Amino acid sequence: MRVTFKLFAMLQDYLPLEARMNNALALDLPEGTTIQQVIERFALPQKSCHLVLIDGNFVPPAERDGRRLKDGETLAIWPPIAGG
Amino acid sequence: MAWTRKVLRVDLTNGTCKPEPLNMEWAQQYLGQRGLATKYFVAEVDPKVDPLSPANKLIMTTGPLTGTPASTGGRYSVVTKGALTGAIACSNSGGYFGAELKFAGWDMIIFEGKSPKPVYLSIENDKAELKDASHLWGKTTWQTEEGIKKAHQDPQVRICSIGRAGENGVMYACIVNDLHRAAGRSGVGTVMGSKNLKAVAVRGTLGVSGLKDAKAFIAAAAAGKKVLAENAVTGQGLPTYGTQVLMNVINEMGALPTRNHRDVQFEEARKISAEAMAEKRPTDGKSHLVTNAACFGCTIACGRISKIDETHFSVVNKPEYWGASGGLEYEAAWALGAANGVGDLEALQYANLICNEDGFDPISFGATVGAAMELYELGILKKEDIGMDAPFGSAKALCELAQMTAKGEGFGKILGLGSARMCEKYGKPELSMSVKKQEFPAYDSRGIQGMGLTYATSNRGACHLRSYTVASEVLGIPVKTDPLVTEGKAELVKAFQDATAVFDSAGLCIFTSFAWSLADIQPQIDAACEGGWTMEKLGEVGERIYNMERLFNNAAGFTAKDDDLPPRLKTEPAKTGPAKGLVNGIDKMRPEYYQVRGWDANGVPTKDTLGRLKL
Repeated sequence: MRVTFKLFAMLQDYLPLEARMNNALALDLPEGTTIQQVIERFALPQKSCHLVLIDGNFVPPAERDGRRLKDGETLAIWPPIAGG
Repeated sequence: MAWTRKVLRVDLTNGTCKPEPLNMEWAQQYLGQRGLATKYFVAEVDPKVDPLSPANKLIMTTGPLTGTPASTGGRYSVVTKGALTGAIACSNSGGYFGAELKFAGWDMIIFEGKSPKPVYLSIENDKAELKDASHLWGKTTWQTEEGIKKAHQDPQVRICSIGRAGENGVMYACIVNDLHRAAGRSGVGTVMGSKNLKAVAVRGTLGVSGLKDAKAFIAAAAAGKKVLAENAVTGQGLPTYGTQVLMNVINEMGALPTRNHRDVQFEEARKISAEAMAEKRPTDGKSHLVTNAACFGCTIACGRISKIDETHFSVVNKPEYWGASGGLEYEAAWALGAANGVGDLEALQYANLICNEDGFDPISFGATVGAAMELYELGILKKEDIGMDAPFGSAKALCELAQMTAKGEGFGKILGLGSARMCEKYGKPELSMSVKKQEFPAYDSRGIQGMGLTYATSNRGACHLRSYTVASEVLGIPVKTDPLVTEGKAELVKAFQDATAVFDSAGLCIFTSFAWSLADIQPQIDAACEGGWTMEKLGEVGERIYNMERLFNNAAGFTAKDDDLPPRLKTEPAKTGPAKGLVNGIDKMRPEYYQVRGWDANGVPTKDTLGRLKL
């Protein structure tokens, strides 16, 4: 399956250089891959994975281990941020 | 002392400046800044007053922690009846002006009447006098600052001023201080202009002394700074990326109002985001962002200082705009960008510079341009009306319209009315995305339900800085709530509104609340101020302030009907994103909110509520 993987703010440094200009990378993943497995594959610090959204919807920390990605979804992650 | 206990009363009609003691009984009930100045205002001004008449007053006010070593303790506010809204207005600004006013020994300045000719107020500690400003009238805020500093032969004098927008009656004119900080919303600069008051120049060398318990205060302030430094948001996120870091997240969530709220996601959001500001441009190999910046006493430093691309069409042959200057912040980038479909970062910064230079609110301006572009696309406004083609997405139109609004030329005069008056004029009042005639900020309430209630019940018209439930609904601060539901939002909005009133009355920046709760500022206030400032007392003060403002608005003629959203947000569902199919549930939340507030079905505080809050 193919998902779009996005990292923003300080986390964008974990993307390959060519993907940083869009903050996005297309990922081909085995069926059943979870959010947590993607986080580990990219060696993202757990405490930096504050806002985890699938297609814009927030996924609470407790559900990230069990939430399997589906073909066509967008996984986007931010560290703790704020503005106003 | 935290309070200087001195008020300067300036009678502009008669040209007098007189000191008077601060009402310390009121200080115990309203703390300072927003709360205390509003108490003075409602006690002295008829709620029905025409905002642009001499009978309206304008108060510049500090908080008890302004000028102290508390982090972010550099804030000041301007309280008046808003030109744009006709409601109570309180616009808050950082920079260095507020602390300087405190160092000169003043808690607040009350301006009344109207000067027969342009003047500016000059303050050097105890000495205050009105000076002729005829030579400054017609000048920008940047020229005014430079002119006064030269005249005083003092580069450290701190100045707030209006630009040509405030002189020309742009209804959302700001008061700009320190070149690019502003008391920005509700038209406080318009009121200042109506009084022929061009600027206030302050030099203070008295410092802040007499804290109730200096040792305890320094310890409490240091503890507070440690919390800010160790918090990932205030210690890393805000200084590195600024408020602009929100652009992508709010877009991803489907809550970025786009093209006058026709859409909730902007396909070019990334091009105008914090991440884009930090990238090297292909044209000159330099990044838009130069550095971050801090206001007085701030240990967060969220401010953005940028350099525009010298080859961009907006500034070719205009070297005066090539230097490093303030912006872009998230609200301005959204209003000038997504709100009218413009994805050209340099154009947004140019329009933002014009807003700073001539003193008008980029939120209201950008949103008004968005409404004008919709009127153009509908064929209601023609090319000959505007003086140019102005479809959604036109960076050229945005830049030209900013210049025209600053100078009060052509269609710029119409844009200066704000979206509500402009849309009314063209027979389409429903296309103004505003509450109480003030334009929405950068969060679509179909995707963040609590913000709909926030906007509808904000005492100064649509605003995110009266109850920033985005913190909870989007960012998980202090706890994550579901942005797509209405349940629990009445309680959430009230809690945010009351707590915000306390931060705004202390002299602190609301951005500290990303890391601090009232429990973090209580020890600082209690150590600085006499009176036993417990958590309970602070909570009551916040609620009292909100109800006091509400009573003023009710007496000014606002009713429950004004606590509402434009029909688009109630009848046109979001087209994309997580909120697809949703409208805002304001009609469900409003009565729940009134109940939580202790207000009757018409939005009027009950006798019990007034008694409980000693109002």
